[in-house]
Amino acid sequence: MSKGKALLNWVDERFPLSSMMKEHVTEYYAPKNFNFWYFFGSLAMLVLVIQIVTGIFLTMNYKPDAASAFMSVEYIMRDVGGGWIIRYMHSTGASMFFVVVYLHMFRGLIYGSYKQPRELVWVFGTLIFLCLMAEAFMGYLLPWGQMSFWGAQVIVNLFGSIPVIGPDLSVWIRGDYVVSDATLNRFFALHVIAVPLILLALVVAHLIALHEVGSNNPDGVEIKKNKDPKTGIPLDGIPFHPYYTVKDVLGVVVFLIVFSAILFFAPEGGGYFLEAPNFDPADPLKTPAHIAPVWYFTPFYAILRAIPSFLGTQVWGVLGMGAAVVLIAFLPWLDKSPVKSVRYRGPKFKIALVLFVISFIGLGILGALPSTDVRTIVAQVLSFIYFAFFLAMPFYTKNDVGSIPVPDRVTESTPARQVRFVLLWALTLAGSVLFVMYV
Amino acid sequence: MKKTIRQLIAAAVLALPVATAVAAGGGVPLDKAPINLKDTESLQRGAQMFTNYCLSCHSANAMRYNRLLDIGLSEEQVKANILPPGAKIGDTMKISMTKADAAAWFGAAPPDLSVIARSRGADYLYSYMRSFYKDPSRETGWNNLVFDKAAMPHVFAQWQGEQVLKHEKHEGHDVPKLELVKAGTLTKLENGKANTAEYDHRMADLTNYLVFMGEPTQVKRHQLGYIVLLFLIVVMLPLAYLLKKEYWKDVH
Repeated sequence: MSKGKALLNWVDERFPLSSMMKEHVTEYYAPKNFNFWYFFGSLAMLVLVIQIVTGIFLTMNYKPDAASAFMSVEYIMRDVGGGWIIRYMHSTGASMFFVVVYLHMFRGLIYGSYKQPRELVWVFGTLIFLCLMAEAFMGYLLPWGQMSFWGAQVIVNLFGSIPVIGPDLSVWIRGDYVVSDATLNRFFALHVIAVPLILLALVVAHLIALHEVGSNNPDGVEIKKNKDPKTGIPLDGIPFHPYYTVKDVLGVVVFLIVFSAILFFAPEGGGYFLEAPNFDPADPLKTPAHIAPVWYFTPFYAILRAIPSFLGTQVWGVLGMGAAVVLIAFLPWLDKSPVKSVRYRGPKFKIALVLFVISFIGLGILGALPSTDVRTIVAQVLSFIYFAFFLAMPFYTKNDVGSIPVPDRVTESTPARQVRFVLLWALTLAGSVLFVMYV
Repeated sequence: MKKTIRQLIAAAVLALPVATAVAAGGGVPLDKAPINLKDTESLQRGAQMFTNYCLSCHSANAMRYNRLLDIGLSEEQVKANILPPGAKIGDTMKISMTKADAAAWFGAAPPDLSVIARSRGADYLYSYMRSFYKDPSRETGWNNLVFDKAAMPHVFAQWQGEQVLKHEKHEGHDVPKLELVKAGTLTKLENGKANTAEYDHRMADLTNYLVFMGEPTQVKRHQLGYIVLLFLIVVMLPLAYLLKKEYWKDVH
């Protein structure tokens, strides 16, 4: 027995290293027909690591103090060795986190990955998304620019509209009557310690739940139903390592190309990743003409603005915005279809899905623009579609089955299907962008 | 490979960021600033102007004097021509005027200009510096077309001369337009025709410098970016692709 083997044995007798490795990596059998959409889970993990590591280094030089926070960011950008790369990695990473997570969630949506038996995988995922929003919101206050300040002011004021406890609640969150040094300090603590801890715990729960039930696939076929009678290994399964580790490495390289292109050549992301007004230091006496949230919050912000206040309170918009996020967690129970994957669903779900994507992108664009009368009406229509997608789901998914039956075994995609798919989505996206741009 | 390319296109379409850029200015169309961060002579002229004219009222608290070595100046040149008496080369560009005094004298404290190019944009600054006009209703005697009721007086009035605000009718719309009525030392008026090329050049230099100062690592950022992308595309991408292909050849 070699020395390495002896050491491994020594560890295995005290800690289940080899068996964990087998269970989660080398003998975790994943369906062999994963396509493009399946890259985003591992990419989300990569971005999480990027955010944590760069965050640690930023914390070493950042000052959570209203009097020096803004300049300490500039100090990082100019005087800290490699500081500008670390800062841009963190700011680009924040936006890319949402890009990757939105695509990851969309994958779950089209292939029914939330359906039985993966309900808890989905619920943990939604909680991760919620944590991510909190993390991004509090992180955005830290550079202490105008948008940091006023964005936080607007969002914390929303809590003030809750009946009875609202005003006290918003003071409790801020630690002051306006967003101030006290707010900056607590947001820093929450951003750096509290939320990341919860986030990491949820990621572990997400993965444990996933490995318990096994991954879904583009066909929505349960590969565990067809096992090799001798070995007990799913016939359509391949070990995660080495097959998906090498495939994910390819995904990581492509992602890093996009990530580096943004980081080195357009770190402001056209004013959407780093907003121009945020290069003005926070000034509590000067309200900006147009307070726009960062792009990843705009769909929900548009819903907030679209819902009018009635019965003398604005709380409805706040509730609507909250519901827009919370509803996502209920998808497993709203979807009554006997079929998982969009490939084998009927036309009703497909139409609903296209409308939903249009409403989400449309709301995203509207949320970034100053509101006008026409835009408000369009945002209201799109918000209606957004909610209808979820609330009407039990009705339109019932018995909604396509003409092709669900196969017994997984299938490989055909070029014709891919072309159809790309064309359909290109049309949907171009349509929604054009539609909203002209209102 | 064909499959992969199609998948990449799909990714690009989906990752497309929300279109249209936000204009920084008010309603007035801005002139395009001719920015070239590799033109070190222009940057040096801009730095000279900035420290001579702007740095008495505006600070640049994030900018160190020795950062000017990045635009081709030597330490001796900075010390001899730019560094104020008593300041050290590693100091930031501070001013002695307090915010309270400034607010009392100008009505509003002049903003710190360290990252002004990043918050307003080069086109805004370039247009702003060329859009002062005579307005007797203002306390300073000057107003600005780009930033209405700006508290800042026209520092370069001697160079630019005097402009006045005219309104032109364009298809029923009232289009405000500035007209040079009195030539300065850097502008010419011949038979009612204004030639502002020299003044515009100076303001382009100044704007160029402000853009540099907003993020002094920009040029280095681009250079490093090409190396990183080249490495990822030429070395890592084929390697990762071939590795995947090799492992997956027995999966059917």
